[in-house]
Amino acid sequence: MRFREKAKVMDAGQIDKALVRIAHEIAENNKDIGGLAIVGIRTRGALLAQRLAEKMRTIVKKDLPVGALDITLYRDDLTAVAEQPVVHKTEIDFDIHDKVIILVDDVLYTGRTVRCALDALIDFGRPKYIQLAVLVDRGHRELPIRADYAGKNIPTSQKETVQVKIKETDGTDEVVIAEKEE
Amino acid sequence: MAVSWKRKDLLDLESLSTEEIELILQTADSFKEISQRPIKKVPTLRGQTVVLFFFEPSTRTRTSFELAAKRMSADIVNIQTNASSLTKGETLKDTAKNIEAMKVDIIIIRHSSSGAPYLLAESISPSIINAGDGSHEHPTQGLLDIFTIKEHKKKISGLNVSIIGDIAHSRVARSNIWGLTKLGAKVTVCGPATLMPPEIERLGVKVTYDVKEAIEGADVINMLRIQIERQGQSLFPPIRDYSMKFGLDAEKMRYAKKDVLIMHPGPINRGIELTPEVADGPYSVILEQVTNGIAVRMAVLYLVSGVKKRIE
Repeated sequence: MRFREKAKVMDAGQIDKALVRIAHEIAENNKDIGGLAIVGIRTRGALLAQRLAEKMRTIVKKDLPVGALDITLYRDDLTAVAEQPVVHKTEIDFDIHDKVIILVDDVLYTGRTVRCALDALIDFGRPKYIQLAVLVDRGHRELPIRADYAGKNIPTSQKETVQVKIKETDGTDEVVIAEKEE
Repeated sequence: MAVSWKRKDLLDLESLSTEEIELILQTADSFKEISQRPIKKVPTLRGQTVVLFFFEPSTRTRTSFELAAKRMSADIVNIQTNASSLTKGETLKDTAKNIEAMKVDIIIIRHSSSGAPYLLAESISPSIINAGDGSHEHPTQGLLDIFTIKEHKKKISGLNVSIIGDIAHSRVARSNIWGLTKLGAKVTVCGPATLMPPEIERLGVKVTYDVKEAIEGADVINMLRIQIERQGQSLFPPIRDYSMKFGLDAEKMRYAKKDVLIMHPGPINRGIELTPEVADGPYSVILEQVTNGIAVRMAVLYLVSGVKKRIE
């Protein structure tokens, strides 16, 4: 499927500022900084989680544990997709029991990815809280899930897609709205 | 990785492409972590039924497949041949047709006849995984051996791998040879001349009857189990002679490279193929092979489970 870019909605500077703001909000909402850990959903959520951890370090002067979660094995549409998606590694090298987990993803859309991530996380233990941080909330939820921290709310139509590009995987930092080409 | 998995079955390594083998290894690498979690389970195969259909005794392979399927939330049925209708005269194909009629998704089969899994794959729609057929192939064992080598050596291409023992009767040897040569390793086989299949060189391996030559320069030594149950005794030298000539002991290990890996598919005949100081020694990765076996089998179950069931 091909996509045609319609509009650039965030540039590198705006992405960075959004992450700084989210980091401040996390620090403000959570008194017990020592109990915090950050887990990103692969691929881009995990990269954003690393950056968020850096922002947190400058704010709270502390290194928070960071993990990466691959949700492929928890997807509810495996029987519907034509080919098995590639499974990547889940890397959570710390005990999540009783921790406050900041779950990070790039875009919040239907909520199904987050549902998978919640199931996957809980298989690692029993966190005290799970809070959700996303760079973009684009609406159209299909499940009762909401973000605790959102970099930007972008109203979209369902024909559109929101593409978050991250330097490590896409060569540039930006968020664009694109539309499927017929 | 550009390649995607399109096979209903895993019957052998001979027919797989290099990319398909690498896809299985990469997928297995992602699955390994699941067995280290406090809750060793993912919901991926929920609602799918896996049948373990073992016509030969097996502890390791059957348990490994069973754990792999359970850790992916599949439902599992064990069929043991001494308790099944096969002892009442039903043919393999009829038994399989009946299992198919019960709407199962994956059948894992071990059989003493080479080719038995192919017969099932052609005649019924569930995915078939070969867990060892006669002296033909044991693909998941080959894959877990390669996975274990790759974990230690970080690559396969260019490595010298020696397989020592009863090559003629060994399905483990054949799967290793196919997989390793496809990935670019240099494979040497070594064993008694009576147990060396004719024209084995055509698989792209070097043959030697001198165990010292097989040990020297090898990055990996895979010791095969001697399979007393599979031989006419006339082919096999007396156990003591075999052990002295081909068994690996501290004395022969002096010829080995300092960072050699010693592998064995199990079960070990202690004191015959390997002396205890070698089997339990610092070079031995035998128990890692067992651990990795579960990750490799989870990967195979995952990949075949995604292919839409169809029959020509």
